[in-house]
Amino acid sequence: MSEAFLSALRHTLPAEALVLDAERLRAFECDALSAYRALPLAVALPGSEEDVIAVLQLAHAHRIPVVARGAGTGLSGGATPTAGCLLLGMSRMRRLLYLDPLARYALVQPGVRNQAISEAAGPYGLYYAPDPSSQIACTIGGNVAENAGGIHCLKYGLTVHNLLGLRAVTMEGELLELGGTLDCNGYDLLALLTGSEGLLAVVTEVTVRLLPRPQLARVILASFAEVSHAADAVAQLVGSGATPAALEMMDGATVRAVEDFLHAGYPTDAAALLLCEADGTPEEVEADIVQMSRVLRAAGASELRVSGSEAERQQLWAGRKAAFPAAAKLAPDYYCMDGSIPRAAVGRVLAGIASLSAQYGLACINVFHAGDGNLHPLILFDANQAGELARAEQFGTDIAALCVSEGGAITGEHGVGIEKLDGMCAQFNAAELGQFGAIKAAFDPQGLLNPGKLIPTLHRCAEYGRMHVHRGQLPHPELPRF
Amino acid sequence: MLTDLQAQLRQAHAMSMPVRIVGAGSKQGWHAPQQGEALHVGSHAGIIDYAPAERVISARAGTRLAEIQAVLASQGQMLAAEPPDFGGHATLGGALATGWSGPRRPWAGAMRDQLLGVEILNGQGELLRFGGRVMKNVAGFDLSRLMVGANGTLGLITEAHLKVLPLPEVETVRVFELPQTDAIALANRLCAAPWPLSGAAWQGGLLRIRLSGNAAAVATAQQQLGGEPDVERHWFTRLQAMQLDSFAPPGAEQGLWRLSLPQTCPPLLADYPQLIDWAGGRRWLSAPLAAAQAISTSARSAGGHALLQRSQAGWPAAPRNPTLLALEARIRRALDPRQILNRRQGD
Repeated sequence: MSEAFLSALRHTLPAEALVLDAERLRAFECDALSAYRALPLAVALPGSEEDVIAVLQLAHAHRIPVVARGAGTGLSGGATPTAGCLLLGMSRMRRLLYLDPLARYALVQPGVRNQAISEAAGPYGLYYAPDPSSQIACTIGGNVAENAGGIHCLKYGLTVHNLLGLRAVTMEGELLELGGTLDCNGYDLLALLTGSEGLLAVVTEVTVRLLPRPQLARVILASFAEVSHAADAVAQLVGSGATPAALEMMDGATVRAVEDFLHAGYPTDAAALLLCEADGTPEEVEADIVQMSRVLRAAGASELRVSGSEAERQQLWAGRKAAFPAAAKLAPDYYCMDGSIPRAAVGRVLAGIASLSAQYGLACINVFHAGDGNLHPLILFDANQAGELARAEQFGTDIAALCVSEGGAITGEHGVGIEKLDGMCAQFNAAELGQFGAIKAAFDPQGLLNPGKLIPTLHRCAEYGRMHVHRGQLPHPELPRF
Repeated sequence: MLTDLQAQLRQAHAMSMPVRIVGAGSKQGWHAPQQGEALHVGSHAGIIDYAPAERVISARAGTRLAEIQAVLASQGQMLAAEPPDFGGHATLGGALATGWSGPRRPWAGAMRDQLLGVEILNGQGELLRFGGRVMKNVAGFDLSRLMVGANGTLGLITEAHLKVLPLPEVETVRVFELPQTDAIALANRLCAAPWPLSGAAWQGGLLRIRLSGNAAAVATAQQQLGGEPDVERHWFTRLQAMQLDSFAPPGAEQGLWRLSLPQTCPPLLADYPQLIDWAGGRRWLSAPLAAAQAISTSARSAGGHALLQRSQAGWPAAPRNPTLLALEARIRRALDPRQILNRRQGD
């Protein structure tokens, strides 16, 4: 059957748009969750929406599963091939089709890099707000599939809040044209498709909303002698009248790792640091900095540094952005978690993680989007030590359960993919999972598009997996991760 | 109360009997009538949890928007999407089901953007929770946001968690006397620059620009933008509440349309009186019912759509793309297999 499919595929796409030999297929065997690998049957690199429709119709007719892939920077295995699948690589569809500076939107193909949009919009004083850490490489199609976040979503929202329209193709090859205006006609399928992890349709065109670049941004670096004081400061900042453009936290272990790695000038005696950014008009920024500084001091900050120039702002951020590579120097392996919790629970959950760390005998450092309550605990371990991997996995399981018990979520921005399938069973009951399955069937009754992702079968629920980094060998080591 | 609602839905499902969800009935006259027995949600009310420091409020569907807004305002916060409260009667459940947002929508997001999570009863009476109380949550399909604007056809919303924002320290309105074309152009130019905007609406030759933020920022913007102060007090409040004259029930043979258009779309059907909101993105148009076809065609060719929102002649469904209609029917059956929820009369 696959021979007949491959033969038909060769008639559908030109040779340069197909990858069929085992050697070149290796490049597509995993995304950034590299612990899981499988060789696809073939890789198709469509150059147009027509190509996507033709390929999907063909795969549907031959009952071949299809997995779409952007830049392969995802951390949850959303683009991991299913054995024997057709991998649909969207990288050739990377044209920015239209940018309207007055109407403030850009029409882009799915393979356009996130950062390329802001670069194109820059000359008009505009930018695309969602900024996942992999933004120099990750594509907008993947951002839509994962509802990607970033450092600035506290004020500017996630991908779903910054889209105006989508074109997408279902497994049967039907074209969906969604959105386009600020009001919806019919069901909000644009919202449903965003974050659907490539299970419902393949995105072929994205209309992103562009925002005017704020006139000014300044960041405060606040040091704390107690982690709990920093956590309290987060809750108080969020509860105050000012909305930080970004509010990030690093614990003392991370600060010292970053200093060893980069010499960013962070105070190494701090138990925790907060980076709190204000942006807007100069008047807004000035007032916000005054108010935020007051809240930070009242919460017990021992030292505040406020950026006085754009260069200084970038310098204060540099350490935060180097936290993941710095962590990779601390231990042969680490697991990166992605829990999401109410901000008032940050202190409690950090204390809980610290006591779990003692219980498991494994270090865990914390660096995360505190303002959003989106934790990224990094569990340090050595896979070569007998039993450490299993202990680290169990530790991670307990952190995920802790987040859910605080009313939070197993994933804030990385997605479920194959990595957090088991966590889905902790998050949802059987009826809710059944509802996800019914929605999937409404788009793709044969279950051919990105099968085995996002929705767990109930018997899977005992196992857990995490992003596994061995000896600092992150896939895409050139990308910042924060 | 919840168990009563669940029992009624289970029974309706078992018997394939349509039910129509009723909150406070505040939007009667604004939507097509629905089939079946009334399922009253209005008494399933009350704020469950409000943590100002968390910027999250949780409430049952029957809670009045006015109550929520008052509680939020007492802590210096607001529902930033500014859903209309229809004279203080509208419920949270109805506001979510219709998904209508107010003048702040282009800057602060739509009703669906403020929703963090829901509890629903689906068409089989199963109690389900999607999303939650946290800011970021990408676990599973986003069925909570899908509920917004679905008009109750995908499930009965019983409870919701919403993100709230601080009230601006200062809010002021500047008025510019401009014809429609120039008003749309100016509003969009202002949107494309980093001004502290929170409203841009035009009616009767006057463009009103609302500025929100801290006192110094608003003062500077006001000085640089120019314009006149607004002699009509609370104009934006009345726009949000849909209490301006433009929203009055139309006479016989007349209709009130809601046009959703690209914001920069030049004046469309300018011979008919209109109220332009969202810097051009939403336009309320009063016209004879005989013009229905022309209005629909114009809106579609401009890249948007037109919905007849008020008339004495009913609510004809706007023409839709058949692929999307078929998909939406399948989605509906996924959540409400017997299509008992809020079925339109005649369907």
